[in-house]
Amino acid sequence: MDRRRFLAAGAAALAGTTAASRASVAWAAAPAAAGAEPYARLLVLVELKGGNDGLNTVVPHTDPGYARLRPRLALRRDDLIPISERLALHPSLAPLLPAWESRELAILQGVGYPDPNLSHFRSIEIWDTASRSAEFLADGWLARTFARTPPPRGYAADGVVVGSGDLGPLAGGSTRAIALADPEQFLRRAKLATAAGERRNAALAHILKVEDDILNAAAHLDGRHAYATPFPSGPFGSAVRTAARVVAGDAGVAVVRLTLGSFDTHSNQLGTHARLLGELAQGLAALRLALIEIGRWDRTLVVTYAEFGRRPRENQSAGTDHGTASVHFALGGRVAGGLLGATPDLGRVGEGNLPHAIDFRSVYATILERWWSLDSRAVLGTRFEPLPLLRA
Amino acid sequence: MRFRRFRAVAARWPWVLTGFTAAVATAAAAPIGEDGARHLLARTGYGPTAAEIRDYAPLERDAAVARVLGSARTKALTPPPPAMLAADPMRPPRETSGVEERRAFVQRQIRAGIELRGWWLSEMLATDSPITERMTLFWHNHFVSSQQKVRIARLMYRQNVTLRAHALGDFGALLHAIAKDPAMLVYLDGVQNRRAAPNENFAREVMELFTLGEGRYTERDVKEAARAFSGWSLERDTGTFVFRRALHDPGDKTILGRTGRFDGDAVLDLLLAQEATAELVVGKLWREFVSPDPDAGEVRRIAGEFRRSGYRIPVALSALLRSDRFWAEANRGVLIKSPVELVVGTLRSLEIEPADAAPFAIAAAGMGQNLLSPPNVRGWRGGEAWIDTNTLLARKQFVAQFARYEEMRKTPSRPERAAAGLATPDATCGMPPDAAADAAADAGMDAQGLRATPGPTGAPAVQSADAAKLRALRAARAVDRAFRELGFSPTRWIAALPGDTPADKRAAAQRVLLPISPAAGGTGAHDEADPLAFLRATLADPVYQLK
Repeated sequence: MDRRRFLAAGAAALAGTTAASRASVAWAAAPAAAGAEPYARLLVLVELKGGNDGLNTVVPHTDPGYARLRPRLALRRDDLIPISERLALHPSLAPLLPAWESRELAILQGVGYPDPNLSHFRSIEIWDTASRSAEFLADGWLARTFARTPPPRGYAADGVVVGSGDLGPLAGGSTRAIALADPEQFLRRAKLATAAGERRNAALAHILKVEDDILNAAAHLDGRHAYATPFPSGPFGSAVRTAARVVAGDAGVAVVRLTLGSFDTHSNQLGTHARLLGELAQGLAALRLALIEIGRWDRTLVVTYAEFGRRPRENQSAGTDHGTASVHFALGGRVAGGLLGATPDLGRVGEGNLPHAIDFRSVYATILERWWSLDSRAVLGTRFEPLPLLRA
Repeated sequence: MRFRRFRAVAARWPWVLTGFTAAVATAAAAPIGEDGARHLLARTGYGPTAAEIRDYAPLERDAAVARVLGSARTKALTPPPPAMLAADPMRPPRETSGVEERRAFVQRQIRAGIELRGWWLSEMLATDSPITERMTLFWHNHFVSSQQKVRIARLMYRQNVTLRAHALGDFGALLHAIAKDPAMLVYLDGVQNRRAAPNENFAREVMELFTLGEGRYTERDVKEAARAFSGWSLERDTGTFVFRRALHDPGDKTILGRTGRFDGDAVLDLLLAQEATAELVVGKLWREFVSPDPDAGEVRRIAGEFRRSGYRIPVALSALLRSDRFWAEANRGVLIKSPVELVVGTLRSLEIEPADAAPFAIAAAGMGQNLLSPPNVRGWRGGEAWIDTNTLLARKQFVAQFARYEEMRKTPSRPERAAAGLATPDATCGMPPDAAADAAADAGMDAQGLRATPGPTGAPAVQSADAAKLRALRAARAVDRAFRELGFSPTRWIAALPGDTPADKRAAAQRVLLPISPAAGGTGAHDEADPLAFLRATLADPVYQLK
């Protein structure tokens, strides 16, 4: 879709936004001008590194297969938080209940892809590049998106990655991605960046591009916003606070990516998993309250993802090995809360893995088409059916 | 897209250069000169000194490479921290033990881990064989284990000793040793792998990451190999390998198309017999030492030599380092220094010997490379992934310190500095201590070894975030103190370099520090007569990040 067609198509979507960002104000004031901004709607990606155990996250506790496959790892029914007749949340996810009850939390069951790969690194590459299982693509799916429809040059960055070096789906192309630990520290140090130089080889070209990204981000970024909302302590809570501060100002950022891990729980899973889900739920709950506080929640979509889930049958080390499809969360002021996909049928599962009910590229297609009003086929190569994840 | 095209051209360019055998023969037989010496030493060691460059310059390629490889050591020069040699039982407290006991244990291991990192960094600085330490680090990043999961610092030390003992020995012997290495048995759950309860973790990673590479084995191979490794276990109190026959599955296994009653060692031999294994290792060595884009044909050729030699590591290294691709002008300055190379290399090139190296290991952790704690089993990704907006600024802030403290000594008091509008450098890599603490916490830098994360047992985190901040703060101050105590003087360092005029000396300084001419050419700072300004500009140049 070209810019002009987008302008027409995106009108309805943008008209619905409430607290206006600079971009949408500009657009509303001058609807004929170029620059209507799909990216005024923020995407927050949360990568659950290592592969999260979906069955102990959203628990099909009434399925007799659950206790059979999980003699040591099955969670006690009394501790769980029921959300439907058949499903209940891990107790650590209690902080997500307000979002669930206000129907701003969608639970995507069985997200995966055909012919799954069980290597962490290959599988996350498949997710990051939105490739088929046997297809190798160089650039991340968001890098491809931004190559076709770049966020405005005036944005501080196309994407901000908090607390992790790797850029995931933002890697590749000419994406302007900045990695941040602390915005104030970033701004203090940014004066060390060098303006320009001759790009004599690929490594030097990369360094000079990063120097450039620093200077550009520093010129626009203002990470000082003070929230009344408290943020949890710990690394993930800090990352959420940084994310909230980065998007509070007028800087302009299309995507924020957070990471939490490691969910690679091969042994003695219960304690680690409970702690990680607790950090996730507390962090996301704080992000929701913070963005409600600044009137940004209606223009925010938070989506979790991971390279894979874990195997339904627990291993002999009270852990779980690499699996396939898993459950994921989508939250936001415009999210149509509820259950999507299919609850796994554990009756038929022995040593094997779960089939997927939702192709992860359908999640991406939803983001591209329904959230940003972009052409998903151009980015994903094939048309994937978007999910009914968002309210009109 | 522009970068990719550039890379493709850069990759082809050396062929054009070296396609003429006559020219090649001449180059190989001529002295490598100061530029060649710098290139070889920077690629195979940590930041050469002016004296080392002078020593190597008259040698021909083969002699220079032979001298580098001939320096190999199998033991460290620096005595390890005493705690590493202790013989008391190393079993962590049980789940049932008290909170205090567990807290004390975690604290001890964290302290020991920081000491251990400092020890390794000291060895990198002190060694007479930088290639030994580069290869020890290379194998640490190949056969990854992390103290985050292993927890017991002494096991990490013993693994480091094993990696060094084989660093320039046989890859096959190293693979067999590492498969039975206690830290590895904990890290990839080998200790959990029993006949009745196979654990696939090691079996998968040994094929995917250590030998064959992804896609060169099946899921069935993984399951069968896991059975073969069952029973490889650990005597927990002494931290030594033990084979528990009763837990081993002695039955038939079919692996890579071969069937037999394989045990773990037999599986490793099957893997070593595969061409893919030699190719994976040589390709990785190429990216470490030569260029970011290995030539498939050359990799196959060198891998063949490597395998036929019985996996003698110096055979592969020698072939790579003597290759025309290694020496090609187009391949100078095309690799990005790892944080450890940046930190150790800067100290070595500026001829600084810190009394305590631990703060510098912490500084490297702040740039994304925490020794003994790689981010995951694949290790540090390296290359361009070393540089993002966050880590580039941390790197620049670090090197800026070297030109800063002499300036401070000239400027006696804080109020005067403030009056002159000068910043007061006051903490780790120049950031205020609270920000350093924040940064460490924000970045999830348990990495820095400063914060305990729960072990694989799922024991609750025994430290609050506040305690973690406090520790990060103390670490930040330690780095700051370390910098102040260096007493480094750019003026003295530059004055000691060869050259009759200040301009000659500045040229000599750039030859030591930069792999290719500065990127920020037009700004004039490099011509600065003031040694401090000159050194600051040289270290701040984007080219300083390259090797």
